Amino acid sequence: MWDVKNNIEETIGNTPQSNIVLEAIHITKYFHDPIKVQVLNKVDFSLTRGEFVSIIGKSGCGKSTLLYILSTMDTDFEGDLKIDGVSMRKKREAELAQVRNEKIGFVFQFHYLLNEFSVLRNVMLPGEKLGKFSAKEIEHKAYEKLKILGIEKEALKKPNQLSGGEKQRVAIARALINEPLIIMGDEPTGNLDRKNGDMVFDIFKELAEVYHQSLLIVTHDNEFASKTHRIIEMEDGKIING
Amino acid sequence: MARWKQTLVAAIGVTFSITMFIALLSFMAGLNDLLDGLVVNRTPHVRLYNEIKAAENQPISIFSKNKNQYNFIGSIKPSSQLPQIHNSAAIIQALKKDKRVLGIAPKIIAQVFYNVGTTNLTGIINGIEVEEEDRLFVFQSYVVEGNYLDLKTISNSIILGKGAADNMLVNVGDRIQVTTTKGDQIQLKIVGFFQSGISDLDKVQSYTSITTAQKLLGESNNYVTDIQIKLTDILQAPKIAKEFEKLFEVEAIDIQTANSQFETGSFVRTLISYAVGIVLLIVAGFGIYNILNMMIFEKMDTIAILKATGFSGKDVKRVFISIALTIGIFGGVLGLLFGFGLSAAIDQVPFKTASLPTIKTYPINYNPVFYFIGGVFSIITTFMAGYFPARKASKVDPVIIIRGK
Repeated sequence: MWDVKNNIEETIGNTPQSNIVLEAIHITKYFHDPIKVQVLNKVDFSLTRGEFVSIIGKSGCGKSTLLYILSTMDTDFEGDLKIDGVSMRKKREAELAQVRNEKIGFVFQFHYLLNEFSVLRNVMLPGEKLGKFSAKEIEHKAYEKLKILGIEKEALKKPNQLSGGEKQRVAIARALINEPLIIMGDEPTGNLDRKNGDMVFDIFKELAEVYHQSLLIVTHDNEFASKTHRIIEMEDGKIING
Repeated sequence: MARWKQTLVAAIGVTFSITMFIALLSFMAGLNDLLDGLVVNRTPHVRLYNEIKAAENQPISIFSKNKNQYNFIGSIKPSSQLPQIHNSAAIIQALKKDKRVLGIAPKIIAQVFYNVGTTNLTGIINGIEVEEEDRLFVFQSYVVEGNYLDLKTISNSIILGKGAADNMLVNVGDRIQVTTTKGDQIQLKIVGFFQSGISDLDKVQSYTSITTAQKLLGESNNYVTDIQIKLTDILQAPKIAKEFEKLFEVEAIDIQTANSQFETGSFVRTLISYAVGIVLLIVAGFGIYNILNMMIFEKMDTIAILKATGFSGKDVKRVFISIALTIGIFGGVLGLLFGFGLSAAIDQVPFKTASLPTIKTYPINYNPVFYFIGGVFSIITTFMAGYFPARKASKVDPVIIIRGK
């Protein structure tokens, strides 16, 4: 029964028009240090285009670990991961970097902006790496993204001149620059106060509903999660709900 | 990038080492050229001469050729003959046609006594073809007083070694009397003084024109004891010397055999300067290595986010190697400029010594090869110094950094 469904999903997944952008198949992960501990146990789930999904669970349930596996940064796992219908299992480091650059945008708890560069340049960096557009076009796009987030006036400032909420919005603009398939967030509101946290949530919601952007956000903020389209609840390395 | 001060210090390290490398090598090479020049400029690449020695085939061996006997001959002496090169005119003709030969200067070497009052000083008179000698062996740069061309235009003239002149208390314009080994006496007019820088040489050597020397010895105008040859390629000298020895049936000695100690000295000095220069560069390389290593620890977050947003390990490696190379190229170019400046400054420092009359300042060799080697080495060492930290940076796992926050 499951196999049939899986096969159907696979065939659909291989076509570019498919609505499934990310698919986790039987993902199992162990930590080896200091002793072998299973953190993820055969996790299966998929994410469709335009979906705004949050992953919740208690600390240590494996939600962040799952996110980093889904982000292709952690390659030490069992099972398979498909992004845009393509398996990430056999890819080399440089190819995975390419996938992250093109198809995934990140927002972390900490903004990770580079203080050496201006806000604008920080947003432009992933676009420059992608190399699809000229510097002029990337700059134009970066301004557009900053405008969506309402911080285009700060474009030429250095990140350390901005407030925490503004920094996080710049980080979101950076995640958007290459028009990724999925935006992944690891506690993106964790460091923000209520007001800024709400603002970030509203931005995410707008991205999902107006721009049909897929979002996958790990959070422990149940109020934040309750407002998303779908909640995946995890416990002891398994999805128990969603 | 941040850490401007440390980066600057690293660049200064490279600059300093390249500067010293260039200055040291230029100065050392200048000194080598000077010392080699003392000998090499005045030494023919190949010298043809005749040695006075006993005949290899004594008459008795011709007589007893087919007889079954051994000959024991005691006290063999060479026959009384002058150290003349036989058939010198023909040899000179042949040499002039040889394309490997840059020039030839025939010479007569004669033992004489300078008569000073009742005492005699031993001396050697070199009869030379003045213009050729000057062309091939820069004769005029060693004539410290008087005009060297007077040797040709004034008959019975002599250019006396400075040491000999000092001993004899004579001045330019004076006449001296010399006695040949045969006992003939002749008056010669002093038209100049000569100083080679080797004082033993200056005490005995003096120069006359080749015709004066022939007159002095009472020989005909084809009497020549030496033929000095300068070649187009000095390295060919040993081979050509052997060839001429067979061809002309004379003794031939090449410059490498005659002055092997100079080459050894030059080689060792050059080796030491290269070793010191390269050690300086390696030390600078360690400085860069350290700074980049620290930079990586500070920039862990940056590396992590770059990797998360799609920069591969290779890109990160390239960034760090390019920082190292920027330090290397910037420091290296400055070092080359400063090295040139320092060399030029050393070149201006007065350096006077009695033994080297033509030298006024410290010698410097501005060989572009040193600049090339310095440049290449600065890039190689900084690349190596950057490569290992860069490899480390490329292996940073972004998950560990980001989750660690």
